[in-house]
Amino acid sequence: MKNYDAIVIGAGHNGLTHAAFLAKAGLDVVVLEKNDYIGGATVSRELHEGWKYSNCSYVCSLFRPEIYQSLDLGRHGLEVVPLQGSTTFMQNGDYFGSYHQPTVRRREIARHSKRDADASIRFDTDIMKWCRLIRGFLLRTPPDPASFKIRDVMEFAHLLKSFYSLTESQIYEFLRFFTMSIAEYLEEYFESEVIRAHFSGGSIIGTGLGVFSPGTAYVLLHHAMGDIDGNVGSWGFARGGMGAVSKAIASSFQSFGGEIRTAAEVQKINVSGGTATGVILASGEEINARVVVSNLDAKRTFLGVMDKQDLPESLVHRAENFKIRGSSGKLNIALDGMPDFPALPKGSPLLLGHTHFTDTPERLERAYDDWKDDRWSQDPYVDALIPTQYDPTMSPPGKHMMSVFVQYCPVEAEGGWTDAKRDAFGATVIDQISQYSPNFKDLILHAEVRTPREIEAEIGLTEGNIFQGELTLDQLMFNRPFPGYAQYRGPVKNMYMCSSSTHPGGGVMGAPGANSAREVLRDLGKTDTTPRDFGDD
Amino acid sequence: MTNTMDKSVVVVGGGHNGLVCATYLAKAGYKVQVLEARDEIGGGASTTSFAQGYKVSGLAHILHSLNPKVCKDLALEQAGLERGVAIETIALARDGQHLTLGKDSATGGSLSSEDIAAYTQFKKEFRRYAEALKPMMMTKPPRLKGMDHKDKFTLAKIGWKLRFGLGTDSMREFFRVGGINIYDVLNEEFDNPHLKGAMAVDAVMGLHMGPRTPTTVLTYLHRLWGETDAGQSLPSGGMGQVANALSTAASNAGVSIRTGAKVQRIRVENGKAVGVELATGEQIDASMVISNADAKSTFLDLVGTRELDAMFAHRIHKSRTKGTVAKLHLALNGLPQIEGLSAAQLGQRLLIADDLQYVEHAFNHAKYGEYSDKPVLEITIPSISDSSFAPQGHHVMSISASFVPYALKGGWEGQREALVKNIIALIEQYAPGFSAQVLASELLTPVDIEEQYHIAGGHWHHGELAIDQMFMMRPIHGTAQYDTPIDGLFLCGACAHPGGGVTGVPGHNAAQRIIAMGAGKK
Amino acid sequence: MMKPEIQKAPPHDFREVLQKSPFHARVDEKSLVKSWTSWNGYQTARVYDTLASEYFAIRSSCSVMDLTPMEKYRISGPDAVDFLNRLVTRDVSKLKPHRVTYVAWCNDDGRVLDDGTIFHLNEGDYRLCSQHHQLDWLLMSSLGMDVTIEEETHEVAALSVQGPTAFSVLTAAGISGLDVLKAFGIMHTQLNGFDVMVSRTGFTGDLGYELWVEPTQALPLWDAIFSVQQRGLYDVRPIGLDALEMVRIEAGFIMPGDDFNTAETAIRAGHDRSPFEVGLGWVVSFDKPHFTGKKALLKEQGEPIKRRLVKLRVEGNKPPADAFLYDAKKGRRIGEIKTSIWSPVLKANLTMADIEYRKGQAPREIWAEIFYQKELGWHATWAKCEVSEQPFWNHPRRSATPPDSF
Repeated sequence: MKNYDAIVIGAGHNGLTHAAFLAKAGLDVVVLEKNDYIGGATVSRELHEGWKYSNCSYVCSLFRPEIYQSLDLGRHGLEVVPLQGSTTFMQNGDYFGSYHQPTVRRREIARHSKRDADASIRFDTDIMKWCRLIRGFLLRTPPDPASFKIRDVMEFAHLLKSFYSLTESQIYEFLRFFTMSIAEYLEEYFESEVIRAHFSGGSIIGTGLGVFSPGTAYVLLHHAMGDIDGNVGSWGFARGGMGAVSKAIASSFQSFGGEIRTAAEVQKINVSGGTATGVILASGEEINARVVVSNLDAKRTFLGVMDKQDLPESLVHRAENFKIRGSSGKLNIALDGMPDFPALPKGSPLLLGHTHFTDTPERLERAYDDWKDDRWSQDPYVDALIPTQYDPTMSPPGKHMMSVFVQYCPVEAEGGWTDAKRDAFGATVIDQISQYSPNFKDLILHAEVRTPREIEAEIGLTEGNIFQGELTLDQLMFNRPFPGYAQYRGPVKNMYMCSSSTHPGGGVMGAPGANSAREVLRDLGKTDTTPRDFGDD
Repeated sequence: MTNTMDKSVVVVGGGHNGLVCATYLAKAGYKVQVLEARDEIGGGASTTSFAQGYKVSGLAHILHSLNPKVCKDLALEQAGLERGVAIETIALARDGQHLTLGKDSATGGSLSSEDIAAYTQFKKEFRRYAEALKPMMMTKPPRLKGMDHKDKFTLAKIGWKLRFGLGTDSMREFFRVGGINIYDVLNEEFDNPHLKGAMAVDAVMGLHMGPRTPTTVLTYLHRLWGETDAGQSLPSGGMGQVANALSTAASNAGVSIRTGAKVQRIRVENGKAVGVELATGEQIDASMVISNADAKSTFLDLVGTRELDAMFAHRIHKSRTKGTVAKLHLALNGLPQIEGLSAAQLGQRLLIADDLQYVEHAFNHAKYGEYSDKPVLEITIPSISDSSFAPQGHHVMSISASFVPYALKGGWEGQREALVKNIIALIEQYAPGFSAQVLASELLTPVDIEEQYHIAGGHWHHGELAIDQMFMMRPIHGTAQYDTPIDGLFLCGACAHPGGGVTGVPGHNAAQRIIAMGAGKK
Repeated sequence: MMKPEIQKAPPHDFREVLQKSPFHARVDEKSLVKSWTSWNGYQTARVYDTLASEYFAIRSSCSVMDLTPMEKYRISGPDAVDFLNRLVTRDVSKLKPHRVTYVAWCNDDGRVLDDGTIFHLNEGDYRLCSQHHQLDWLLMSSLGMDVTIEEETHEVAALSVQGPTAFSVLTAAGISGLDVLKAFGIMHTQLNGFDVMVSRTGFTGDLGYELWVEPTQALPLWDAIFSVQQRGLYDVRPIGLDALEMVRIEAGFIMPGDDFNTAETAIRAGHDRSPFEVGLGWVVSFDKPHFTGKKALLKEQGEPIKRRLVKLRVEGNKPPADAFLYDAKKGRRIGEIKTSIWSPVLKANLTMADIEYRKGQAPREIWAEIFYQKELGWHATWAKCEVSEQPFWNHPRRSATPPDSF
């Protein structure tokens, strides 16, 4: 039996990132993955012959450039191509297009409201202020408010210092931004409903909240603060699908001597005398290591692969109450050609970007009301993309793939999901799109429909929650995943967490993986290989 | 500093906070005049007659948070304040299995022993959180930059109370739940759906929020915060009696009170308030003007935007003041019959809120300018404890109905009757034969409340109690410490920290602030 | 309060990234080098032919520039003057009809949002011209006032005609009555049967006029002016933005967004500027009714000066663009140069520079460290600088009435 320095459970992007930094520091690391492919929710899969689907996560913007650089992912094959623009189709046959060309975008906003075209300058400036502030916290370990350790106190001092770089009124405005609903926040800027609806969408993606729920304005940041080549707020496609991200990280990891084992499901983390010693696989095989790191979400980690006996009772209670309700569905559709959207001007570049079909905040909120009652909405919010316009690797020439993210989709459709209900959910989404694209249905060659049930079953995200735990105040910063356990260390010695259940949370960001690696390396007395924040730019 | 007074102080609005503030100032030596537009003082705390022989508390109808320090400082009991009979909360069940929710214990229905124990524990723990935040209550909210000694002291006290008052575990828990919704917290702690529904009412009543709205734990704490040791009661003579006691105390302190004196304009010269102008055109000079009106009325109507900076006016304009509660007054020819409730129990605070989903659904509609068929109701029958409220053998029922939108789609004209019918039909489900007992009714939608009580949006708290409009951001930052951008103009109403309810605290805090600033003195 | 109707722009073509002004056909015809840039989203010439010839057209003969892209707002209604007076820092209540004044406006914190000019077109009817997009701020500022604000940038075509022979050229083109039009005056007249508004305004510090017409009259207006040249009477040349940049610095006019960050786009604390800090103290009047930012400015006035945007002459001929400034040769860093030009008439480096004050005191000396290239090799040198209180270049012909004719 081999003794590793570290075992990482789960070859999702955070597990691989974490493992890569440990391996870079010279540790002997193995990543264990239950599926026979790596990537977790960051995958490209061929489910229809000739087509590759990024069948879970589908865009890449949050991925930290610091990590990209220090793991040299470009040399390991990663290319992230920025996405261009976005559109919301309106029920009256019109549309709002957020063109990627700034002058055209401005004129398009003005077509809906001249005032809003000017207000967007104020809005962009304000959002940039908050982005700057929050971004600085992403690659840092949250301080523990109950601790008097020098490190925590210093970290709090750092937090306060960043906070105090704002003026007094900016401090209050930031607190308001942090606690307001996106719909109400946008009302302070924009008069046009379709523009408010358009900008609201990013605030509910993946959350169990509606556009009128306090706290959603902040979630917007979670989607707006990604940067590709310095352009804050731009989203990008990974060439070859999201699997290219995990492949590049894996390749980087392996270049440092790391080992990945697929089809190796971990059944249990072994704990002896309050110290984690290794894992037992489903096959019965036992693997030992100095540290065990879980990239599973907090529920799966503590209620799944750990024994209650080994855990403090209060922690089990916390894990049971951890909020991880799934709220999103996904369709991956193979298309025989490009669908027409007659509302758009001929030759418009808008289809290169995101496509939405919800033109008022009220429709967005009503979709949420349905989710609260365990129904999928008949009028859902979707984020549809056709990456094959840029990426020749994902479909045969002339053919296309559409990725459709759907908000909301309940964890348990009234009385539980069945295959028939899943297909009915898929049909609802396809119907909505075809209202705006007459030839859409005829082009469909294959469609994969995924509800939280499928997402959980396949990649092990509990309740299909894409962020591995909801992004509400009780589960952010020093509360993520649980109060007192936000510094990546588990409740038993030599056990760590590196998943999106930890700070700063979900999105293909890599930050939890890197931050947790920093803590492990610190405890093992190794050189810190994780990158520092690039700092204000 | 000399103590000579420069002219007089005018308080715009004779609501309870205006009276409290006026009295404190008069006691401190100011010459104070209160101007009330209505014919009676008290504002939201008043007793009105809505049909020949039937009286009721006009807006607020339960006394549950009048601040003990205010009572003591102003000697309100000597001025005639009677708290009246203490009441409990009874959550009505269609099957007669009603729940009684006391201050520390819950009984009735089919509550499990676990839920009963959890209730006591929950109230205890949450009261501790409320206690930890208390240093913030009776003082001006601290500024977060450019703070003075008092601000630092307030923050230090809160820090100390959180860290050492609560202890590590409770502090962690408080930080966890403090910003989230009551729905998730109640689901963590309790099983009984009816109990959870009834408890959620305290977190959302009067607000544009449902149980699943994040931050409703904070609003629940806000309610607990105001909960005095005396608990809740129905004052005999209605809330008007509370107003009368305040008025007496004010007069005793030398405050002069004028009713039927509607202030049309707060006069500002060179950035300083110099007096008011009444609707009659009468001009009253003052060295200081204190507004008990809400922030929108104060700044946008009475002061006017041209005396304000543009962004400040915009932020006041955008502050959220959508009222969500309608007040319904019913004259009854007898006591309603509710299975499982004695006559004495009928005199308690009755709630209709079946479960969390019921409350959430009632709220859903308000988001879209609609109201639900199944509103959440808070019912009192004050004529049980005070027979002067209705003719012999008859009764009055006072109902707060949530959620009723301020901006009903299509407007309220011609829509009121349907809502009244709706509410009566709902009560009928609990009290068979009820609709036949109704002799007369009066409905105050948020629009009516706005019009009759001069409160923007008809909002209970003169403005939504969401985090972004609380503490140092109430009503908006830049005027959250009772003083305003206009020199000599102060806020003392529920739009200021810590918000609404018949507490008297904003009035108290405003007076302390004015005295501390030495305002109005030469 | 009635919900105001939403003002919407007309449909546009996404292929036409830069909008075309009503003068575009002529502008395009005259442009020899096709050097375009965006000015407020309009396709605008940087240079038509050569920078030198355009610069000297302004300073020695007559230049023509398409002014249409400048942001224009029409402000009317019973509260128009109260609205404007609460918007800007200057007292504009005494601005008579047919007069123009220069103004700046601030946010609540007393930080400059933009500058511009107010045209009192006719009794109670105003036009505000600004550098940047201001509709949102104007509408926000109109809360509680009975005033109508309409963005009219594309609905009004404008040409700027500047230079010592501008008066003679316009008179020859058929516009009469200019001899009595004083600086900052407005005149409504006719040219070849269509209405023209003429204001004696400009951004050059020279004799000059701005002409305002309906977009349909844009080309006839252009042709009328250039006919003077075709008839062989005077030289008339179109000029681009690069030449304008030279003369505006010579004349000491600041450019919000170039010389300093406007408050609306400032992200980091301390990167916005007050009117005092950018040398606009002279347009701040405390002796008038309340205006946005008044309280903050009053407070600032009582505090030591922190910084100033100054007109700075830099010795020598090495280009000082982007240079840091020091309080002595190799001394403490106290500021930086924001914009700079080489002035052909003054033979000097003229710049706009942001300078820190210490304890309210201006630095006694200012030195620029200049990095410059010779045959691709980099060199460093120090140049002494001198603050100019007056415009670098100020010619009496700018305001002489009647102007000299040629």
